[in-house]
Order: sequence, then structure tokens, then C-alpha cells
Amino acid sequence: MSKQVIYGVFDDEEILLNSARALRGKGVRINDVFSPFPIHGLDPVIGIKPTRLSNAAFFYGMFGTSMAILMTWYMMIHDWPMNVGGKPSFSWFENMPAFIPVTFELTVFCAAHGMVLSYLLVNKIYPGRKAHNPDPRSTDDKFIMEIQVAENKKVAQSEIISVLQSTGAIEINQKEL
Amino acid sequence: MANHSSSIREPLILGTKTYHQITEDISRPIEGKANGMFKVVFTISALIALWGVGCFAYTIGTGIGVWGLNKTVGWAWDITNFVWWVGIGHAGTLISAILLLFRQRWRMSINRSAEAMTIFAVICAALFPVMHMGRVWMAYWVLPLPNTFGSLWVNFNSPLLWDVFAISTYFSVSLVFWYTGLIPDFASIRDRQVKPGMRKIYSILSFGWSGSAKQWSRFEEVSLVLAGLSTPLVLSVHTIVSMDFATSVIPGWHTTIFPPYFVAGAIFSGFAMVLTLLIIMRKVLHLEDYITITHVEAMNKIIIITGSIVGVAYLTELFISWYSGVEYEQYAFLNRATGPYWWSYWSMMTCNVITPQLFWFKKIRKSLMATFIISIFVNIGMWFERFVIIVTSLHRDYLPSSWTMFHPTFVDIGIFIGTIGIFFTLFLVFSRTFPVIAMSELKTIVKSTSENTNQTHH
Repeated sequence: MSKQVIYGVFDDEEILLNSARALRGKGVRINDVFSPFPIHGLDPVIGIKPTRLSNAAFFYGMFGTSMAILMTWYMMIHDWPMNVGGKPSFSWFENMPAFIPVTFELTVFCAAHGMVLSYLLVNKIYPGRKAHNPDPRSTDDKFIMEIQVAENKKVAQSEIISVLQSTGAIEINQKEL
Repeated sequence: MANHSSSIREPLILGTKTYHQITEDISRPIEGKANGMFKVVFTISALIALWGVGCFAYTIGTGIGVWGLNKTVGWAWDITNFVWWVGIGHAGTLISAILLLFRQRWRMSINRSAEAMTIFAVICAALFPVMHMGRVWMAYWVLPLPNTFGSLWVNFNSPLLWDVFAISTYFSVSLVFWYTGLIPDFASIRDRQVKPGMRKIYSILSFGWSGSAKQWSRFEEVSLVLAGLSTPLVLSVHTIVSMDFATSVIPGWHTTIFPPYFVAGAIFSGFAMVLTLLIIMRKVLHLEDYITITHVEAMNKIIIITGSIVGVAYLTELFISWYSGVEYEQYAFLNRATGPYWWSYWSMMTCNVITPQLFWFKKIRKSLMATFIISIFVNIGMWFERFVIIVTSLHRDYLPSSWTMFHPTFVDIGIFIGTIGIFFTLFLVFSRTFPVIAMSELKTIVKSTSENTNQTHH
């Protein structure tokens, strides 16, 4: 099944943002926007929910903390307690001050790497993946709005195009995917 | 978006730049051919690096007896170089993480190359403790592995083990932070290549980034959280490095001032190295419009602050050693200033305390030549600081019969010079294959802080 897509190409992010607002006002669903840098204020306009990656990072961090506590307890207190320099290992709490640096480092390690791995996963980016931006100029100086015709049955195609034109799109391309 | 640019603040991007112009300017070094000068400098750096590798190989093959260490001075150039390199790395993370949290926009032109510097400096640093182990093929014994190698676990009470965790976390987190920021810029380079080979390489490097709205939204979140995580991380790393000394009972090392004093010194030396590199890079790669005098001046201000903190720390150390009433402590500091290593102490004092104070003069702060020379002084001074702390504290042992001097051998000198070669070789490769300025970030501020939009703005 072929999908009809309209691409509105802009050369300024503020013009694109106003155009997106105008289109949303008419009830047009904007599928995606491709830009060379983040456009602030765009996400709520085109209906993108805030990412939950930072929540994930918090849990990865907590995982790191727990692992570090478990590891120091097991190795230093439970499995093979050592008496180094007259400082015996009786309980985890007594030795805790010495374990804080490693616990901190493992928390940061797990939070950072866990978050970045999740980020690569949910963004579906990895070495060898083919880029799917519609136009190579969108990583340079052009801002491209993608509207799927099939998703916008209520608004006439000609009206979408005329709004794009009147709000400052420098090019309008229609494609069959 | 309203015009946020101030008529008082100087623009961070000079000239009339469009988004496309920024892409062009940053891609030029990657797409162009290296000139003769670059080839000469690269060859020299690579040869020095090779000499260093040779000295490393000789050390591994024969043992660390080829260094100048003796029974009294068991740590000398190796650990001096380790602390020096790790310290240099700190400026990159300060610029990319702490200045991001403080919304300092001048960070954007310099963070990419400063972070690259961090990564290369930490690579050079890590070589030293690994080499110092002697049997480097057993380096993995520092990891908490199951005890099939004997019946002991690693000792989590030891600051040396904390260092293993700190440095490896610092290196790996800096690397992913750097790479996360590089992905969109690699995509920009990928999309403008005409040669299929180049397109293929940058396509792999860019991980198939497309710049969709959702990707950018996640990108910003990841950058912010990584900055938040890296900020305490960078402070912890040099704190832990200082604890290698501070938790010992050696007079001259056993001081509680070490953590903040080391962190300030690390940032101080790191900014000096950033300036040394960037003053050359902006000229060679024609990035004068992006790395401006305003940027240099901002970094010089950080050098004044951290340099003054370091100066105050030196004086505090002296005062406390006298005030403590501990004879050993008093002797250690008297010996530093007037003993056989007086020349290293006074080199340190001159380079670290006196020269950065020249930056109080606006003329000097804004002069590239003066900044470059002072940055070299600071680099040298901070090397001497670590040398003074390590060698002068050790060479006078508790028993006068153990008193001795440290004499570096050609291997000591060779591996130190070698790591400088490795560092510059890596940085030169970086400067011609990677986007040296974060284009996607810079494009977000071009409207509010460049010369063209200061007058007319929509």
C-alpha cells in the first residue's frame, strides 16, 4: 500500500513553528519534523510527550547503588573479611565510609551507561542503520515537516498545501512512499 | 523567539553566519586536504609517540627497574604524569557538563575539542598506573573478579582501588557523553558527502541519525542528565586521586585540604591545556569566527579563579604545617622550599601563583600571544606541583639513612614525552576527521549572539 506524504520545507525554525501552530489549529496531524537542531517549543505543538529517559536513568542509578552495596558487603564483610592495617571488617555500616567512593562511582556508571543504551535503543540508532530523514538538507540548514495524507482525511490536501504556502514554506514536495 | 542578544555582551560568533555557513566552516577541515605544515607536525608527534611506545615496551620487557625509582622514592615521574594528565582532562568535563548546567553559551564553541582533549588525556594518564604495576598482563587483577586467582578479593578500603573505579567510570562516561553529542554532527557531515566511501564512513559513525523531533527531544534530555551526572563525577575523580595521597601517613601528603585543592588545580591545568590547543587550532583550521577573543577571555577568567584557589591552598598548607606543631610536617614543607628540590618548588610557585595573576590586566587577558605563553607556564607549573608533592615528600624518609634523591632515567623521560606525542597525535587525527565544533548546538545560538542579528532581528 502506498502512502502519500507531504513535505513542507522551511529555512527557519521559527517560521516552521508558526506554520505548525497554524496547521494544528486546522486540525492537521503533523507526523514528524526533521531539523538540524532541536526546535524549542515544538514538542507540545506536534503532540510529542516528554521523554521518560531521565526516570529510567534514576532507576539505573539505584540499581548501581544496590549492586555496589551488595558487592562491598559480600566481598569485604561476608565472603572474606580482612583486617588491613588494624581496621577489621565487622559490619557493613562500620566500614561504610570507605565504600562510599566506589558506591558513588558505580551509581554514576550504571545511570549514565544505562541511560545512553536506552537512548540508542528507543531512538533506534546504532552503527549500520540507514538514516531516514527525507532530505539530506535537513541536517544542514533546512527544517522539514512531514504530513501523512492518510492520517488527515478530514482536511483537504489542497488546504494543507495552501496553509504551508501561506505560512512560509519555501518548498512543498509530495511523495508516494 | 525574541531577540535575546544583549548589546553589552560581545557576540560569541563573529561575522554574518547562516546555518549553512556553519556547516561549511566546520566540515571544511574534514573534507579538505591536509597541508604540508599539518603533515610535518603530525609526523613529529607520531615519531615522539612511537618513541614513547618503545620506552613502554622496554619497561614491560625488562621491568620497572629501568625507571629511576628507588627504595625511598617509589613514586616519581610515573605518578606525577598520571596526576598531571588526569587533571588536564578535567577541563573538558567542566566545560561540557558544569557550564551546560550553568547555561554558559560560550561553552558551545569549545566543548567538543575540550572533551576530545579529556578523553585523550585520560588515555595517557591511565597508561602510567598500569605500567607501574610492572606485570601489565595482570592489570585485570584490580577488578573485583571471583577469586580463582587466590583467595582474596580486591580491597575496597584502598584509595588505589577507588581510583580504578573513578578513572574507568570517568573515562567511559566522558566517552559516551562526547559521542552522544557527536552523532547529530556526524549526520550533518554524512548528508553532504558526494564520495561513496566518505558517505559510508560517516553513515556508520552517525548511527543512522535522522534528526526527527522525537530524537531531538530525547537527545536534549540525555545531554542534560549526562551533564548532571558528570558534574559530581568530575569532582569525585580528582578528589579520589588526591586521596591516594591524603589517606597515607606521609608528611606532606597527609592533609585534609587535598581534595578541593586537587580539583581546583585540575581545572586550572586543564584550562591551560585547552587554551594551548585551541589558540593553535582556531588559527590552523580558520575557526577565528567561532573561537573568539571573548572565549579566550572567559577561559582566562577561570584560570585566574582556579589559579588563585591553588595559590591560597599552597599558603594554607604552609601555615597549617607550622601551626600543627608536628615536626615531620614542618620539616616536609621547609624542605620543599629550601631543600635540594627548592628549584622545583619555586618553579611551581612562579608558574602557578604568579603568572596567572597577570590575567587581571585586560590587555593580557585579551592577548592571544600572552595567553598562549601563560598557558604553557601553567602546564609546566602544574607538572611541577605534582612532582613537588610526590618526590619531595618521599625523598626524605623517616630514617635519615634512607634519604636519597630521584634521578629520572631516559626511560622515565621517554615515556613522559611519549605520552605528549600520543596526546597530540590523537588530537591531530581528531581535528581532521571529527567535527571540532558542536555545529548543532552552535546553530541554536547563532540568531541571538552573532553580529548579523544584533541589528536586525525578526
